[in-house]
Amino acid sequence: MSKITVNLKVWRQAGPKEKGEFKTYTVDTDTDTSFLETLDILNEQLVNNHEEPIVFDHDCREGICGMCSLYINGHPHGPATGATTCQLYMRRFKDGETITVEPWRSAAFPVIKDLMVDRNAFDKIQQAGGYVSFNCGGAQDANNLPISKINADLAMDAATCIGCGACVAACKNGSAMLFVSAKVSQFALLPQGQVERARRARAMVKKMDELGFGNCTNTGACAAECPKCISLSNIARLNREFIKAKLKD
Amino acid sequence: MENTKDNVKVMNPADSKIPEGPIAEKWTNYKAHQKLVNPANKRRLSVIVVGTGLAGASAASTLAEMGFNVLNFCIQDSPRRAHSIAAQGGINAAKNYQNDGDSVYRLFYDTVKGGDYRAREANVYRLAEVSNNIIDQCVAQGVPFAREYGGLLANRSFGGAQVSRTFYAKGQTGQQLLLGAYSSLNRQIELGKVKSFNRYEMHDVVMIDGRARGIIAKNLVTGKFERFSAHAVVIATGGYGNAYFLSTNAMGCNCSAAMACYRKGAYFANPAYVQIHPTCIPVHGDQQSKLTLMSESLRNDGRIWVPKKLEDAKKLQSGEIQGWQIPEEDRDYYLERRYPAFGNLVPRDVASRAAKERCDAGFGVNNTGLAVFLDFSDAINRLGIDVVRQRYGNLFDMYEEITDVNPGELGTQINGYNYYNPMMIFPAIHYTMGGIWVDYELQTSLKGLFAIGECNFSDHGANRLGASALMQGLADGYFVLPYTIQNYLSDQISVPCPGTDGKEFDEAEAKCIAAQESLLKIQGKRSVDSIHKELGHIMWEYVGMARTKESLTTALEKLKALRKEFESNLYVPGSAEGMNVELDKAFRLNDFITMGELVAYDALNRNESCGGHFREEYQTEEGEAKRDDANYFYVACWDYQGSDEKAPELIKEPLHYEAIKVQTRNYKS
Repeated sequence: MSKITVNLKVWRQAGPKEKGEFKTYTVDTDTDTSFLETLDILNEQLVNNHEEPIVFDHDCREGICGMCSLYINGHPHGPATGATTCQLYMRRFKDGETITVEPWRSAAFPVIKDLMVDRNAFDKIQQAGGYVSFNCGGAQDANNLPISKINADLAMDAATCIGCGACVAACKNGSAMLFVSAKVSQFALLPQGQVERARRARAMVKKMDELGFGNCTNTGACAAECPKCISLSNIARLNREFIKAKLKD
Repeated sequence: MENTKDNVKVMNPADSKIPEGPIAEKWTNYKAHQKLVNPANKRRLSVIVVGTGLAGASAASTLAEMGFNVLNFCIQDSPRRAHSIAAQGGINAAKNYQNDGDSVYRLFYDTVKGGDYRAREANVYRLAEVSNNIIDQCVAQGVPFAREYGGLLANRSFGGAQVSRTFYAKGQTGQQLLLGAYSSLNRQIELGKVKSFNRYEMHDVVMIDGRARGIIAKNLVTGKFERFSAHAVVIATGGYGNAYFLSTNAMGCNCSAAMACYRKGAYFANPAYVQIHPTCIPVHGDQQSKLTLMSESLRNDGRIWVPKKLEDAKKLQSGEIQGWQIPEEDRDYYLERRYPAFGNLVPRDVASRAAKERCDAGFGVNNTGLAVFLDFSDAINRLGIDVVRQRYGNLFDMYEEITDVNPGELGTQINGYNYYNPMMIFPAIHYTMGGIWVDYELQTSLKGLFAIGECNFSDHGANRLGASALMQGLADGYFVLPYTIQNYLSDQISVPCPGTDGKEFDEAEAKCIAAQESLLKIQGKRSVDSIHKELGHIMWEYVGMARTKESLTTALEKLKALRKEFESNLYVPGSAEGMNVELDKAFRLNDFITMGELVAYDALNRNESCGGHFREEYQTEEGEAKRDDANYFYVACWDYQGSDEKAPELIKEPLHYEAIKVQTRNYKS
């Protein structure tokens, strides 16, 4: 462990309609401390100086809840690959470095305050069809439905999506295709998802378009920045699912 | 309720509403005779569900599927963030797919034994009984559980069991189960049967004519208190582990909703039963905000050890040598040594205490002396690194990201045996078995108020077995509460849903506003976090893994002083207008202090060691927990006495075991 001092250039914005600006703060931290803990240290300083602490979303701090966000030095979730902001440690930064910290920037994710954005649009896409319509009770024995390990594993890889929104933030078009394709893929690969397969693809894509997400132009930035390494092949699968669904119309 | 000689109140057996009949028939009998609500009436009834974890989301969606109108609340930006999502290892069920002798009875027995004979027998049996339905339900939803090449479901072993009954989805089982429940919830939101309120925090439960009829919840974005009414209220708001500041809980996990119910008169049961998980990444420094769990599943293939020689431990502590440099013959696999029958798979409380015992004796392996090794050399030599990575790769990566050490890295080779870099682990606060007291119907001591999941006390006794939290959360939410709540709602069908403009709502909201103003008015010098860290330190030091009468008395004194400090020297920036994260944290901290006292009162009262509650005065010569069944075979329920300053009053719910013979837990043979 070694002690380091960093300058955090942080986006401050009092509310959704207020004008925002960058403010730079100097923080003493160390290489074994996490990035969010460094923000905690800064907030403690701000509170002690009777200033308003920086608002940011975070919860589990172990990379699974998808609540943390932050655009750090031009990358969603910062410089580490396959990791969320809460799993980012200060050993990734140099002593004296200036680190730029912004919220997700997308028309579909309006800023609530400082670094916190509203990702309710993601819930709405899921509500449009991200499920198997099955009422609790009366399910058959789980082993009556054998599923090939290959498909089960592929479905699991897609289902790993944590819904953080990094894919949208990374995309120059603000597209949510990777997020939508992950859920559509999970169910397209499993027998349980077959009955509603076409309806699901149509409904989720329609809702995504309605909510102001941009179109996909296959730059692949989403998959490159995804903290859970969701594969671009899911988008290919979504495109196939969508075309097949449209052909049935 | 009657009084004993020493003037302690004792519940009547009827209060717990355990159905008649042999244990295996109780739940069937209950369902056969309970009152139901017909479909037309269900449409007229509404239920508030607070929380969207496994218990909350599954209850909200199932109630809505049945036809009830549901209002569902969470403090996060989406229901999918609830901390159930972080559960790694798996979920137990008595399917016996592995043909290894499992059965409902055996799961029931293991859970009661794992809980050190302090759980309510009938509840645990029901839990084991519905465990199989949960797996069926989740597969039907499309949860991608791990599978064998033949296409059938895979299982692994967990602590406290001699069978493989744990179903899993990589190291992300909680995530997949929660996303399953969230998907069902989303369907009901789309159908208009569930109204979802995100970034809302419950501040009070509103009682009208002795029944829970609504809540006051704060909109965390606008800062406004809002009123919601319904025919019944269900809280599913998790545990109180964050009273210890450092825990494996998420940052937002809190016990404020539970404390609001407690202050309104809901009994709080067995608060002393706090689970300390043996395999967490050790504390690195003062700035640490939370502890990260390394899944219990690692104990399937990982072996826990410290050096045999004190001089080796000293060298490890000073950084002169590393774990892989110590040869096999100089390693003390202390769990295998002490507990040959269960080895590294002893229950969590036993494994945690054993680690503490070795570290206290000076055998700790890191610079603080508070860590032991979890070693995969054996497994990698036997199976190869690829197989081991396939099983635990994401956990290895997570460990490396946090500590900068790769547990799959080869250290050296001696006599053809490869020594790999071991992980370092240490026990940390993880789960709370105690919680709001509920009867067999999961109803609290307040009419119309129900508690499910981790926030009730019901099924784990004094210690929870691994992979049983997910089982209980989903059992309560999918298969138990949606039935039992109807027994209550059936006589509410002609009662209109109360408006939110009555005097009870006025009073409850006024109290919340007054509490908020008093927090903002203190204008002292200390931040919320600095006081919370101090609270955590007191709790860990005096109410942690090893408690004594003396330490608990000290804790109560220190907590009293800390409350004074909080009330006189807290500084909350900003105002009541709009979003104010520090203000929200201050509310929670106030409740954590009350909660901390409750844990200490209960631990002081319980003059025995059982499960997660270890009193140093009560141990065998070998250092094992020593129960006192003659005097403490009861659920300790604590009744609020009108003020946080006053000590709560004890009410005992005696335990009655019919199916299982109460005996000393033995994991040795």
